[in-house]
Amino acid sequence: MTTPGPMATPGPPGQGPATPGPATPGPATPGPATPGPATLPEPSARVLAKLTPVLTKRWLSPEAWRRAVYERLDGYTALRKALATHPDDLIQLIKDSGLRGRGGAGFPTGMKWGFIPQGDGKPHYLVVNADEGEPGTCKDVPLMMADPHSLVEGAIISSFAIRANRAFIYVRGEALHAARRLHHAVAEARAAGYLGVDILGSGFDLDLVIHHGAGAYICGEETALLDSLEGFRGQPRLRPPFPATHGLYACPTVVNNVETIATVPYIVLGGAAWFRSMGTEKSPGPKLYSVSGRVNRPGQYECGLGVTLRELIELAGGMQPGHRLSFWTPGGSSTPMLTAEHLDAPLDFEGMLAAGTMLGTTAVQVFSDQDCPVYAAYRWIEFYHHESCGKCTPCREGNYWMKQVLRRILSGQGTREDLTTLQDACDNLLGRSFCAFGDGAASPVLSSLAHFREVYLDYLEGRRPPRFPVAPPRPAWAHTELAGAVR
Amino acid sequence: MSDNGFGDELRKRAQEIIARYPAGRERSALLPLLHLVQAEDGYVSPEGITGCAELLGLSRAQVAGVASFYTMFKRRPAGDWLVSVCTNTMCGVLGGDRTFETLREHLGIDHDQTTPDGTITLEHAECLAACDYAPVLTVNYEFFDRVQADRAVEIVDQLRAGRRPVPDRGARLCPLRETSRQLAGYPDPRSSAVADGPAGEPTLAGARLAQRHGIAVPGFDPDTPIGRPAVEGGEGR
Repeated sequence: MTTPGPMATPGPPGQGPATPGPATPGPATPGPATPGPATLPEPSARVLAKLTPVLTKRWLSPEAWRRAVYERLDGYTALRKALATHPDDLIQLIKDSGLRGRGGAGFPTGMKWGFIPQGDGKPHYLVVNADEGEPGTCKDVPLMMADPHSLVEGAIISSFAIRANRAFIYVRGEALHAARRLHHAVAEARAAGYLGVDILGSGFDLDLVIHHGAGAYICGEETALLDSLEGFRGQPRLRPPFPATHGLYACPTVVNNVETIATVPYIVLGGAAWFRSMGTEKSPGPKLYSVSGRVNRPGQYECGLGVTLRELIELAGGMQPGHRLSFWTPGGSSTPMLTAEHLDAPLDFEGMLAAGTMLGTTAVQVFSDQDCPVYAAYRWIEFYHHESCGKCTPCREGNYWMKQVLRRILSGQGTREDLTTLQDACDNLLGRSFCAFGDGAASPVLSSLAHFREVYLDYLEGRRPPRFPVAPPRPAWAHTELAGAVR
Repeated sequence: MSDNGFGDELRKRAQEIIARYPAGRERSALLPLLHLVQAEDGYVSPEGITGCAELLGLSRAQVAGVASFYTMFKRRPAGDWLVSVCTNTMCGVLGGDRTFETLREHLGIDHDQTTPDGTITLEHAECLAACDYAPVLTVNYEFFDRVQADRAVEIVDQLRAGRRPVPDRGARLCPLRETSRQLAGYPDPRSSAVADGPAGEPTLAGARLAQRHGIAVPGFDPDTPIGRPAVEGGEGR
C-alpha cells in the first residue's frame, strides 16, 4: 500500500548517512502501529525460503508452554533418545553439528562441552545464561515464555552429556513472566520424572534450579554470572582458568546461552547433517534474528545463519513509510554499527567479522534517517556507564568520561578535540578492559565516528540544533589534567 | 521483620532458599534472600541485611556491598507499583524518552523516586529485552507494549486510583512485595497467573510468515541415529 519495499529505502552505497532530516530535539516521531499482514506486501518466495522454523515452530501452538502440549509436539522425545546414548557420543554429535554459541561469542558448543574434564571426581555444573540484556536483544525472553520446556529438555540433555548432576538457569530478574513459565515447566518436568533421581530409569540424576538475577547487565558475562550465582557482586573473573575447569564453585562448568541449549534437542532428534542443512558451513543451523526499529513488522525471524539485512527487512514488511535505512546493529549495541552499505553482508559469524563488526546476539536494530547516530552512541554509552561493574579502570572511567563528552557534543558545545578524546578513550578501552564489556562500549562510539563523522561535525559546527539545552554542570574537581576532556 | 534480623517465620523460609544450593555453598542464596527481604520490607532494609548476614555467616558490609551492586535491590522503600520506562536507544527514540519525561512531570518525581502517597516508584530502565515491542514500559516487571506517553499516563492514573491495568504480555499485576517473593523463587500463588498473557505478534511474526507460506525445514527425521556420521561433515554446505 503506502509501504516502500526495502530496496527502495537505503541510500546509495558508500554515501554515508542518508540526508539528515530536520534534527528535531527530543524523540523522533513514533512510527505507526504495525499494520496487519493484509496491508503489507508479502516477501518474495526467494526471501521466504530463508525462514527456518525450528525453535519457533512450536510457538504458534496455544499453551505450548504446558508439558502436555509440548509432548504432543515431539517434546521430551529427544531426552529419551539422548539417555539411550553414550554421553561422549552426544558431545561428538554437538561437535559434528557445528553448533556455535548463540549468546554472542559464537564459540563452538561441542568443543566447550569437550573441555570438561571427565572422571575428575569433582561435581560438574551446567549454567544456562538467561540474563538477556544486551541492548537490542530480545530472543531468549520470548523463547522462555513460549516454549520453556525446550530449554528445560535441552538443559537435561546437556547436563547428561557433560555429567552434571546440578544445573542452574540464571534468569534475568526483570524477566519475570518468562521465569514464571520456567518454574512451571521445571515443576512439570519433575512431576513427570524428567528431573530428579534416576531420570526415566537411566540412573542419571539432575536437579535444576531457577535462579533470579537482580538487575545487572554485566552478569550476562559468563564469569560475572558465576560470581553472581555464588552470591557476590557480579564482576568478571580473570581467565584462565576458564569455567570449563574452574567455573561455579571452582568446579568444571559449562555456561551456555538459552538459545544454544534450546537448540540441542533438535540436533539430537534431527542429527548433525540435518542441522548443517541450514546456515553456512562455518556457521550452521537456524538462528533467531530479532528485528526491531523502523520496519513495518518488527519481531522474531528465525532464519538460517547467513541471511542478510536486506532479506530480513523484506521479511519484516519493509521499512516504515517515510523512513530510509541509516544505521543498524547486527547483534546489539556492543557490535559496531553498520550502514546501508552492508545490506547484503551475510549475518553469520564470518560475514560480520569481514564487515568489521560481530554477529553478537543477532539483535538487528534498524534505525532510519530520522534517528541520530550520535544520540544513539550517547545513549548506549550512558548504558555502559550505568552498567559498568567498576572493576577495571578503562571501563569505569572511560565510559564515565565518554558519556559527558558525547553529551557536550549533543548540547552544541563540543569541539573537534572532543572527537580525538573519544577516539583516545576508545583506544584505552578496546582490548585493555578486563572483560569484553569494555570492548563492547567502544563499538558504538568508534563505529559512529567511522561512519557518521559528518554528523558529529554538524553538531560541532552548529548545522544541527542541539539535542540538549545546556551542558551538564561541570564538577569543580574536573579542572585537572586527568579531566582534560572537560573544558 | 524483627529489629535484629529475621524472625522465626522468615528464618524458616530462608532455610528453604538456602537448601536449593549445594551444601557448603550457602552464599549462593544471597540474591534470592535479598529478594525475600524486599518481599517483607519493600526494600533492602537494615534489618534484612543483618538477617542475611547472620544466616550466611557474612558481615553486614559484605551483604550491603552485594545489595548495592544490583539495580533491582532498592535502598529506600519502593511503592506498590514500580513503573520502569525503557529509555535505552531503541525504545528511547521510538517514544520512551518522551514517555519518561511526561511521567516525571505528571507524577512530580524523578528517577528512582516514589510518589508521596507511596503508590508509584518511577525509574528509567535499561534495555528490557523487548525491542520488537518498543517502546515498552513495565509495571512490577510485567510488560506494556508499544506504549506512548498518553497511554503511560493512563496506566499510572489507573494505578493511583487503585485499579490494575492489564499488561499486554505477562501476568495480571500484583503488588511489588508479592512480585519480590516470586523473585525469591517461590511460585506465584495465583495458580492461573502462569497462563496469563498471550504471545504478542512480534514474537510470532516469523513463525506466522512461515506457516502462512507452508515453509518447513525439510529432511527432519527424529529417528536419525546418533553416532559417527557415515560421511563426516559431508552434508555441510
